[in-house]
Amino acid sequence: MRSAWVVYAVLIVLALVAPFIGLYPVFGMKLMCFAMFACAFNLLLGYTKMLSFGHAAYFGFSGYVTGWLMTVHGWGAVEGLLAGVVTSALLGLVIGAIAVRRQGIYFAMITLALAQLVFFVCLQASFTGGENGLQSIPRGSLMGLVPLANDLTMYYFVLVVFIGVYLLIRRVIDSPFGQVLKAIRANEPRAISIGYKVDRYKLQAFVISASIAGLAGSVKALVLGFVTLSDVSQGTSGEVILMTLLGGSGTFLGPVIGAGVVVTLQEYLSDLVGAWVSVIIGAIFVVCVMIFRRGFVGEIQRLFVRP
Amino acid sequence: MTTVFGIPLPAILGQLMLGLVNGSFYALLSLGLAVIFGLLGVVNFAHGAFYMLGAFAAWIGLQYFGVNYWWALLLAPLAVGALGIVIERIFLRHLMTLEPIYGLLLTFGIALIAEGVMRSQFGASGKSYPVPTLLRGVFNLGFMILPIYRAWAIFASVMVCFVTWFLIERTRLGSRLRAATENARLVQAFGINVPVMVMLTYGAGVALAALAGVLAAPVIQVSPLMGNSLVIVVFAVVVIGGMGSIMGAIVSGLSLGMVEGLTKVVYPEASNIVVFVIMAIVLIWRPTGLFGKEA
Repeated sequence: MRSAWVVYAVLIVLALVAPFIGLYPVFGMKLMCFAMFACAFNLLLGYTKMLSFGHAAYFGFSGYVTGWLMTVHGWGAVEGLLAGVVTSALLGLVIGAIAVRRQGIYFAMITLALAQLVFFVCLQASFTGGENGLQSIPRGSLMGLVPLANDLTMYYFVLVVFIGVYLLIRRVIDSPFGQVLKAIRANEPRAISIGYKVDRYKLQAFVISASIAGLAGSVKALVLGFVTLSDVSQGTSGEVILMTLLGGSGTFLGPVIGAGVVVTLQEYLSDLVGAWVSVIIGAIFVVCVMIFRRGFVGEIQRLFVRP
Repeated sequence: MTTVFGIPLPAILGQLMLGLVNGSFYALLSLGLAVIFGLLGVVNFAHGAFYMLGAFAAWIGLQYFGVNYWWALLLAPLAVGALGIVIERIFLRHLMTLEPIYGLLLTFGIALIAEGVMRSQFGASGKSYPVPTLLRGVFNLGFMILPIYRAWAIFASVMVCFVTWFLIERTRLGSRLRAATENARLVQAFGINVPVMVMLTYGAGVALAALAGVLAAPVIQVSPLMGNSLVIVVFAVVVIGGMGSIMGAIVSGLSLGMVEGLTKVVYPEASNIVVFVIMAIVLIWRPTGLFGKEA
């Protein structure tokens, strides 16, 4: 376990100095947003074995809410982000309550279909700006004290949020609640027979995951200053699955690494190859599923950590 | 003019007919999904992509090789079905022992590849496919005008659905298929080649999707993304109908198409989401779906 803390210390130092050694802050922030998103998703897929195929709904919708409140109603950054989290928690509660009634493959299809419903609502509602999305969202300031317009200030704010979210997820997984989730992952009928109200635990995990996904989406709206329909689309839902799978689902650091790889690939490939990006993403999906199901971190653990 | 709740009757009937056309595509697609799921336990996310490839196969055949509509109706499903068989052999077969979500993820990746390849080759814009000469023109039913091609599309889909239902529920081949769904190992022990059966079933399900694509080509724009959102609606249809039931897939496909058509008249803004809303209601009321059996 000591080696894990060494890794974390190195990573945090790296993240702190990164803007000064060549990392473009906006790119770094985008990376952290997707890493939070993937960590939230991993809470479901990795620790409860629930494949949500519609996580973009929370990510995108809360981005819209935050963006709308800050652009049209002049809310501050903290209130805007909080509103986004609360909205996505409620959305997760409604969708989760319907979806946890079925398991496995049905769960995936139901979350996908309900996320598509959210997509169409965003397409047609007036506050989302329809096809145009929301543009030039201000970053506001922290309680009127620290303005966030500066990229470097914003970078450290996002870093703090990111570390907070990461620690929160670790805490959730290591708590008795997390142990129950793992028990459900290992053998759901058995968890039921022991007397756990499995559906309630699953719903709680779903709401936590949706809230964090929403926070990631809201922060992303502030960082980039825009929210578009692609943020709530099934493509984004697919990407977060890929990030988690590629990095290693059910590991702490896996989703972060997966998000890093996928975001970097997209950033550099989209200029280079155009429409082939989706072919490459699809091919990575196929490779992951066929021969790389443990992901980067999972494979490394298998090689170096003896059980 | 006759009106129902203040809406002119021809408008209602017209949208109902359009809805029935969509519904017959839903029925064909959800039928294929149900057949594949029954035997392979795989939710075929690439179903929409195969539907798109079927339409493109017809369009490419006409543009570059002069293959007419009627031949396309036969050849496109064969070609796309063959592609499906290759995918089953190379990929899906090796996932049979794993959890079903891997099949879903794999076919999602395949759908991304298929859509990306077609988009980089043919662009994102829609291509129009001419209605075959034999099926041009309209029927004047007095109360409404019905394009002949639409009537044909409904008729052809319903016939294909019925034949598929008959094959699976009423023939010897179908009884073996159903037996393999129940217990593949036992059926194999009786000397039936289950892996070949699985492979051909996947090919047949994919061919059905491609057939729906060819049937749809003259009424919609052929584009790389035409199957992308359709497949999600079809998933919802399948969840509503209950995945195990062939008849359930057909009936719910047709009726949800009509419901969607009706919504277009009554409250157009909701026409995109009505199927998902119905799905949510059905799940709250009957989690196994309307025709579903298992718990």
